[in-house]
Amino acid sequence: MTLWIGVLVGCLGCYLLKLAGVSVPESVLQRPRVHRISALLPIVLLAALVAVQTFSTGSGLVLDARAAGLAVAGVAVWRRAPFLVVVGLAALTTALVRLALPGS
Amino acid sequence: MSAGTDPAWRLTRSAVLRDAVGVSIATGAYGISFGAISLAGGLDVWQIMALSLLMFTGGSQFGLVGVVAGGGAPLAGAATAIMLGARNALYGLRLAELLALRGWRRFAAAQLIIDESTAMSIGRDSPRAARWGFYSTGLGVFALWNLGTLIGVVGAAWLADPRALGLDAAAPAAFLALLAPRLRGREAWAIALAAALVALVAVPFVPVGFPVLIAALVGIVAGFLPGRTGPGPATGVDEVVEQIDPPTDGRP
Repeated sequence: MTLWIGVLVGCLGCYLLKLAGVSVPESVLQRPRVHRISALLPIVLLAALVAVQTFSTGSGLVLDARAAGLAVAGVAVWRRAPFLVVVGLAALTTALVRLALPGS
Repeated sequence: MSAGTDPAWRLTRSAVLRDAVGVSIATGAYGISFGAISLAGGLDVWQIMALSLLMFTGGSQFGLVGVVAGGGAPLAGAATAIMLGARNALYGLRLAELLALRGWRRFAAAQLIIDESTAMSIGRDSPRAARWGFYSTGLGVFALWNLGTLIGVVGAAWLADPRALGLDAAAPAAFLALLAPRLRGREAWAIALAAALVALVAVPFVPVGFPVLIAALVGIVAGFLPGRTGPGPATGVDEVVEQIDPPTDGRP
Protein backbone atom coordinates (compact mmCIF):
# COMPACT_ATOMS: atom_id res chain seq x y z
CA MET A 1 0.00 0.00 0.00
CA THR A 2 2.74 2.47 0.94
CA LEU A 3 4.47 1.42 -2.28
CA TRP A 4 1.41 2.60 -4.18
CA ILE A 5 1.58 5.94 -2.38
CA GLY A 6 5.22 6.33 -3.43
CA VAL A 7 4.36 5.42 -7.02
CA LEU A 8 1.44 7.86 -7.22
CA VAL A 9 3.22 10.72 -5.43
CA GLY A 10 6.18 10.25 -7.79
CA CYS A 11 3.87 10.24 -10.83
CA LEU A 12 2.03 13.34 -9.67
CA GLY A 13 5.25 15.20 -8.90
CA CYS A 14 6.79 14.37 -12.26
CA TYR A 15 3.63 15.44 -14.10
CA LEU A 16 3.41 18.72 -12.20
CA LEU A 17 7.03 19.49 -13.13
CA LYS A 18 6.24 18.91 -16.79
CA LEU A 19 3.15 21.08 -16.50
CA ALA A 20 5.05 23.79 -14.63
CA GLY A 21 7.50 24.12 -17.50
CA VAL A 22 4.79 24.99 -19.99
CA SER A 23 2.80 27.07 -17.51
CA VAL A 24 5.00 29.30 -15.37
CA PRO A 25 6.43 32.59 -16.54
CA GLU A 26 9.82 32.04 -18.10
CA SER A 27 11.60 34.27 -15.60
CA VAL A 28 11.09 31.82 -12.73
CA LEU A 29 12.81 28.79 -14.18
CA GLN A 30 15.16 30.74 -16.38
CA ARG A 31 17.17 32.01 -13.43
CA PRO A 32 20.73 30.82 -14.03
CA ARG A 33 21.00 29.10 -10.66
CA VAL A 34 17.78 27.11 -11.05
CA HIS A 35 18.88 26.20 -14.53
CA ARG A 36 22.29 25.08 -13.38
CA ILE A 37 21.06 22.98 -10.49
CA SER A 38 18.43 21.19 -12.52
CA ALA A 39 21.07 20.32 -15.11
CA LEU A 40 23.38 18.99 -12.41
CA LEU A 41 20.77 16.97 -10.52
CA PRO A 42 20.61 14.12 -13.06
CA ILE A 43 24.41 13.76 -12.88
CA VAL A 44 24.60 13.50 -9.10
CA LEU A 45 21.50 11.36 -8.72
CA LEU A 46 22.48 8.89 -11.41
CA ALA A 47 26.06 8.66 -10.13
CA ALA A 48 24.77 8.04 -6.60
CA LEU A 49 22.32 5.40 -7.82
CA VAL A 50 25.07 3.59 -9.73
CA ALA A 51 27.29 3.54 -6.63
CA VAL A 52 24.61 2.58 -4.12
CA GLN A 53 23.05 -0.15 -6.22
CA THR A 54 26.39 -1.70 -7.07
CA PHE A 55 28.22 -1.49 -3.77
CA SER A 56 25.56 -1.77 -1.08
CA THR A 57 22.92 -4.14 0.21
CA GLY A 58 20.50 -2.61 2.67
CA SER A 59 22.63 -0.63 5.10
CA GLY A 60 25.94 -2.38 4.40
CA LEU A 61 28.65 -1.74 1.85
CA VAL A 62 29.52 -4.86 -0.13
CA LEU A 63 31.75 -5.86 -3.00
CA ASP A 64 30.14 -8.70 -4.92
CA ALA A 65 29.43 -9.96 -8.43
CA ARG A 66 27.57 -6.75 -9.32
CA ALA A 67 30.88 -4.87 -9.39
CA ALA A 68 32.08 -7.13 -12.21
CA GLY A 69 28.82 -6.52 -14.05
CA LEU A 70 29.20 -2.77 -13.66
CA ALA A 71 32.82 -2.86 -14.85
CA VAL A 72 31.76 -4.65 -18.03
CA ALA A 73 28.88 -2.20 -18.44
CA GLY A 74 31.39 0.64 -18.14
CA VAL A 75 33.47 -0.78 -20.97
CA ALA A 76 30.33 -1.28 -23.07
CA VAL A 77 29.23 2.32 -22.47
CA TRP A 78 32.70 3.55 -23.33
CA ARG A 79 32.57 1.53 -26.58
CA ARG A 80 29.20 3.21 -27.27
CA ALA A 81 27.24 -0.03 -27.17
CA PRO A 82 23.44 0.30 -27.39
CA PHE A 83 21.50 0.56 -24.13
CA LEU A 84 20.15 -2.99 -24.18
CA VAL A 85 23.62 -4.42 -24.84
CA VAL A 86 25.01 -2.51 -21.84
CA VAL A 87 22.25 -3.77 -19.56
CA GLY A 88 22.40 -7.31 -20.95
CA LEU A 89 26.18 -7.60 -20.60
CA ALA A 90 26.03 -6.37 -17.00
CA ALA A 91 23.43 -9.00 -16.10
CA LEU A 92 25.24 -11.77 -17.97
CA THR A 93 28.60 -10.96 -16.36
CA THR A 94 27.07 -10.84 -12.89
CA ALA A 95 25.28 -14.15 -13.45
CA LEU A 96 28.48 -15.82 -14.68
CA VAL A 97 30.54 -14.54 -11.75
CA ARG A 98 27.88 -15.86 -9.34
CA LEU A 99 27.99 -19.20 -11.11
CA ALA A 100 31.78 -19.34 -10.71
CA LEU A 101 31.84 -17.93 -7.17
CA PRO A 102 28.65 -18.98 -5.37
CA GLY A 103 27.60 -16.50 -2.72
CA SER A 104 29.08 -13.47 -4.46
CA MET B 1 2.29 28.29 -48.92
CA SER B 2 -0.48 25.77 -48.42
CA ALA B 3 -0.22 23.00 -45.94
CA GLY B 4 -0.28 19.60 -47.63
CA THR B 5 1.03 20.41 -51.08
CA ASP B 6 4.37 22.06 -50.46
CA PRO B 7 6.91 19.42 -51.57
CA ALA B 8 9.71 20.78 -49.37
CA TRP B 9 7.46 20.49 -46.34
CA ARG B 10 6.42 16.97 -47.27
CA LEU B 11 10.08 15.96 -47.39
CA THR B 12 10.74 17.57 -44.03
CA ARG B 13 7.68 15.94 -42.55
CA SER B 14 8.63 12.45 -43.66
CA ALA B 15 12.15 12.97 -42.28
CA VAL B 16 10.67 14.08 -38.95
CA LEU B 17 8.35 11.06 -38.86
CA ARG B 18 11.17 8.67 -39.76
CA ASP B 19 13.22 10.00 -36.85
CA ALA B 20 10.24 9.61 -34.56
CA VAL B 21 9.74 5.96 -35.52
CA GLY B 22 13.42 5.17 -34.98
CA VAL B 23 13.55 6.84 -31.59
CA SER B 24 10.28 5.22 -30.53
CA ILE B 25 11.47 1.71 -31.39
CA ALA B 26 14.77 2.21 -29.58
CA THR B 27 12.98 3.58 -26.52
CA GLY B 28 10.44 0.76 -26.60
CA ALA B 29 13.28 -1.76 -26.43
CA TYR B 30 14.57 0.12 -23.41
CA GLY B 31 11.07 -0.12 -21.91
CA ILE B 32 11.46 -3.91 -21.96
CA SER B 33 14.40 -3.66 -19.59
CA PHE B 34 12.46 -1.24 -17.39
CA GLY B 35 9.61 -3.76 -17.07
CA ALA B 36 11.96 -6.64 -16.30
CA ILE B 37 14.09 -4.71 -13.80
CA SER B 38 11.02 -3.33 -12.01
CA LEU B 39 9.46 -6.74 -11.56
CA ALA B 40 12.77 -8.05 -10.20
CA GLY B 41 12.76 -5.01 -7.89
CA GLY B 42 9.54 -6.08 -6.22
CA LEU B 43 6.87 -3.91 -7.88
CA ASP B 44 3.72 -5.54 -9.21
CA VAL B 45 2.51 -5.30 -12.78
CA TRP B 46 -0.04 -2.55 -12.01
CA GLN B 47 2.49 -0.38 -10.23
CA ILE B 48 4.96 -0.81 -13.06
CA MET B 49 2.35 0.06 -15.68
CA ALA B 50 1.20 3.05 -13.61
CA LEU B 51 4.77 4.35 -13.70
CA SER B 52 5.11 3.98 -17.45
CA LEU B 53 1.67 5.46 -18.18
CA LEU B 54 1.53 8.22 -15.56
CA MET B 55 5.13 9.11 -14.73
CA PHE B 56 6.37 8.51 -18.28
CA THR B 57 9.92 9.73 -17.90
CA GLY B 58 12.44 6.92 -17.98
CA GLY B 59 15.18 8.18 -15.67
CA SER B 60 12.68 8.98 -12.92
CA GLN B 61 10.99 5.61 -13.26
CA PHE B 62 14.29 3.77 -12.96
CA GLY B 63 15.18 6.03 -10.02
CA LEU B 64 12.03 5.18 -8.06
CA VAL B 65 12.37 1.48 -8.77
CA GLY B 66 16.06 1.56 -7.82
CA VAL B 67 15.38 3.04 -4.39
CA VAL B 68 12.40 0.78 -3.69
CA ALA B 69 14.21 -2.34 -4.91
CA GLY B 70 17.00 -1.73 -2.41
CA GLY B 71 14.41 -1.70 0.38
CA GLY B 72 14.10 2.08 0.54
CA ALA B 73 11.03 4.02 1.64
CA PRO B 74 8.60 4.51 -1.27
CA LEU B 75 8.46 8.25 -0.59
CA ALA B 76 12.27 8.46 -0.80
CA GLY B 77 11.88 6.73 -4.16
CA ALA B 78 9.25 9.30 -5.17
CA ALA B 79 11.54 12.16 -4.12
CA THR B 80 14.39 10.72 -6.18
CA ALA B 81 12.08 10.36 -9.18
CA ILE B 82 10.81 13.92 -8.85
CA MET B 83 14.31 15.37 -8.68
CA LEU B 84 15.36 13.35 -11.69
CA GLY B 85 12.32 14.74 -13.52
CA ALA B 86 13.17 18.37 -12.78
CA ARG B 87 14.80 18.75 -16.18
CA ASN B 88 11.43 18.20 -17.85
CA ALA B 89 10.31 21.55 -16.43
CA LEU B 90 13.17 23.23 -18.29
CA TYR B 91 12.26 21.40 -21.46
CA GLY B 92 8.72 22.69 -21.03
CA LEU B 93 9.97 26.26 -20.89
CA ARG B 94 11.60 25.87 -24.28
CA LEU B 95 8.66 24.00 -25.74
CA ALA B 96 5.85 26.26 -24.52
CA GLU B 97 6.54 28.94 -27.07
CA LEU B 98 7.47 26.51 -29.83
CA LEU B 99 4.27 24.49 -29.50
CA ALA B 100 1.97 27.47 -28.84
CA LEU B 101 0.03 25.50 -26.24
CA ARG B 102 -3.34 26.82 -25.14
CA GLY B 103 -6.21 25.59 -23.01
CA TRP B 104 -6.64 21.87 -22.36
CA ARG B 105 -3.98 20.92 -24.88
CA ARG B 106 -1.38 22.19 -22.50
CA PHE B 107 -2.37 19.54 -19.94
CA ALA B 108 -2.17 16.73 -22.49
CA ALA B 109 1.00 17.90 -24.22
CA ALA B 110 2.77 18.31 -20.86
CA GLN B 111 2.69 14.55 -20.29
CA LEU B 112 4.63 14.00 -23.53
CA ILE B 113 7.55 16.20 -22.44
CA ILE B 114 10.55 13.88 -22.11
CA ASP B 115 14.17 13.83 -23.30
CA GLU B 116 13.33 12.27 -26.67
CA SER B 117 10.37 14.43 -27.69
CA THR B 118 12.26 17.58 -26.68
CA ALA B 119 15.39 16.57 -28.57
CA MET B 120 13.33 15.79 -31.69
CA SER B 121 11.61 19.16 -31.45
CA ILE B 122 13.97 21.95 -30.45
CA GLY B 123 16.55 21.21 -33.14
CA ARG B 124 14.14 21.70 -36.07
CA ASP B 125 14.33 24.50 -38.59
CA SER B 126 10.73 25.67 -38.39
CA PRO B 127 8.12 25.82 -35.62
CA ARG B 128 5.90 23.58 -37.69
CA ALA B 129 8.57 20.87 -37.99
CA ALA B 130 9.22 21.31 -34.27
CA ARG B 131 5.55 20.63 -33.49
CA TRP B 132 5.51 17.55 -35.70
CA GLY B 133 8.74 16.34 -34.11
CA PHE B 134 7.35 16.81 -30.62
CA TYR B 135 3.99 15.12 -31.12
CA SER B 136 5.12 12.27 -33.38
CA THR B 137 8.05 11.38 -31.11
CA GLY B 138 6.08 11.95 -27.91
CA LEU B 139 3.12 9.79 -28.96
CA GLY B 140 5.30 7.14 -30.61
CA VAL B 141 7.54 6.78 -27.57
CA PHE B 142 4.50 6.78 -25.25
CA ALA B 143 2.95 3.87 -27.15
CA LEU B 144 6.09 1.76 -27.51
CA TRP B 145 7.50 2.57 -24.07
CA ASN B 146 4.33 1.24 -22.47
CA LEU B 147 4.18 -1.76 -24.79
CA GLY B 148 7.86 -2.48 -24.06
CA THR B 149 7.25 -2.21 -20.32
CA LEU B 150 4.43 -4.74 -20.51
CA ILE B 151 6.52 -7.14 -22.59
CA GLY B 152 9.36 -6.82 -20.07
CA VAL B 153 7.06 -7.53 -17.12
CA VAL B 154 5.46 -10.54 -18.79
CA GLY B 155 8.85 -11.84 -19.93
CA ALA B 156 10.48 -11.43 -16.52
CA ALA B 157 7.53 -13.05 -14.76
CA TRP B 158 8.70 -16.33 -16.30
CA LEU B 159 12.11 -16.06 -14.68
CA ALA B 160 12.57 -17.86 -11.40
CA ASP B 161 15.44 -16.08 -9.61
CA PRO B 162 16.36 -12.59 -10.83
CA ARG B 163 19.64 -12.62 -8.87
CA ALA B 164 20.84 -15.82 -10.54
CA LEU B 165 20.39 -14.04 -13.85
CA GLY B 166 22.28 -10.98 -12.65
CA LEU B 167 19.23 -8.74 -13.02
CA ASP B 168 20.21 -6.83 -9.86
CA ALA B 169 23.23 -5.54 -11.80
CA ALA B 170 21.05 -4.52 -14.74
CA ALA B 171 19.67 -1.46 -12.94
CA PRO B 172 23.02 0.18 -12.08
CA ALA B 173 24.19 -0.60 -15.62
CA ALA B 174 21.10 1.19 -16.91
CA PHE B 175 21.90 4.20 -14.73
CA LEU B 176 25.46 4.19 -16.00
CA ALA B 177 24.22 4.23 -19.60
CA LEU B 178 21.94 7.18 -18.76
CA LEU B 179 24.75 9.00 -16.96
CA ALA B 180 27.49 8.53 -19.56
CA PRO B 181 26.29 11.07 -22.15
CA ARG B 182 26.21 13.73 -19.42
CA LEU B 183 29.80 13.10 -18.36
CA ARG B 184 31.47 15.52 -20.70
CA GLY B 185 34.31 17.49 -19.20
CA ARG B 186 36.38 17.07 -16.07
CA GLU B 187 33.93 19.00 -13.88
CA ALA B 188 31.07 16.65 -14.67
CA TRP B 189 33.25 13.66 -13.77
CA ALA B 190 34.34 15.29 -10.53
CA ILE B 191 30.76 16.11 -9.53
CA ALA B 192 29.59 12.59 -10.40
CA LEU B 193 32.40 10.95 -8.42
CA ALA B 194 31.79 13.23 -5.44
CA ALA B 195 28.10 12.32 -5.49
CA ALA B 196 28.87 8.60 -5.70
CA LEU B 197 31.29 8.85 -2.76
CA VAL B 198 28.91 10.88 -0.62
CA ALA B 199 26.16 8.34 -1.25
CA LEU B 200 28.37 5.37 -0.35
CA VAL B 201 29.67 7.03 2.81
CA ALA B 202 26.07 7.68 3.86
CA VAL B 203 24.90 4.09 3.29
CA PRO B 204 25.68 2.67 6.77
CA PHE B 205 24.27 5.68 8.61
CA VAL B 206 20.91 6.59 7.06
CA PRO B 207 17.82 4.61 5.99
CA VAL B 208 17.85 2.95 2.58
CA GLY B 209 16.96 5.40 -0.18
CA PHE B 210 18.34 8.44 1.60
CA PRO B 211 22.00 8.18 0.45
CA VAL B 212 20.82 9.12 -3.03
CA LEU B 213 18.90 12.12 -1.72
CA ILE B 214 21.93 13.23 0.31
CA ALA B 215 24.03 12.98 -2.84
CA ALA B 216 21.59 15.41 -4.48
CA LEU B 217 23.02 18.04 -2.13
CA VAL B 218 26.31 17.75 -4.02
CA GLY B 219 24.51 18.95 -7.13
CA ILE B 220 22.85 21.80 -5.28
CA VAL B 221 26.13 22.90 -3.69
CA ALA B 222 27.92 22.67 -7.03
CA GLY B 223 25.15 24.73 -8.59
CA PHE B 224 25.78 27.49 -6.08
CA LEU B 225 29.57 27.50 -6.41
CA PRO B 226 30.01 29.86 -9.38
CA GLY B 227 27.78 32.47 -7.72
CA ARG B 228 30.31 32.80 -4.93
CA THR B 229 33.18 33.65 -7.25
CA GLY B 230 31.13 36.36 -8.92
CA PRO B 231 30.87 37.08 -12.63
CA GLY B 232 33.75 35.98 -14.81
CA PRO B 233 34.61 33.69 -17.68
CA ALA B 234 32.41 30.61 -17.88
CA THR B 235 34.38 27.85 -16.25
CA GLY B 236 33.77 24.73 -14.27
CA VAL B 237 30.15 24.07 -13.54
CA ASP B 238 28.96 26.58 -16.13
CA GLU B 239 30.77 24.66 -18.81
CA VAL B 240 29.21 21.43 -17.67
CA VAL B 241 25.76 22.93 -17.82
CA GLU B 242 26.37 24.39 -21.26
CA GLN B 243 27.46 21.00 -22.51
CA ILE B 244 24.56 19.14 -21.01
CA ASP B 245 21.98 21.70 -21.82
CA PRO B 246 23.15 24.03 -24.54
CA PRO B 247 21.18 27.25 -24.92
CA THR B 248 18.91 27.46 -27.97
CA ASP B 249 20.17 30.98 -28.80
CA GLY B 250 16.66 32.31 -28.86
CA ARG B 251 15.56 30.49 -31.94
CA PRO B 252 11.83 29.85 -32.16
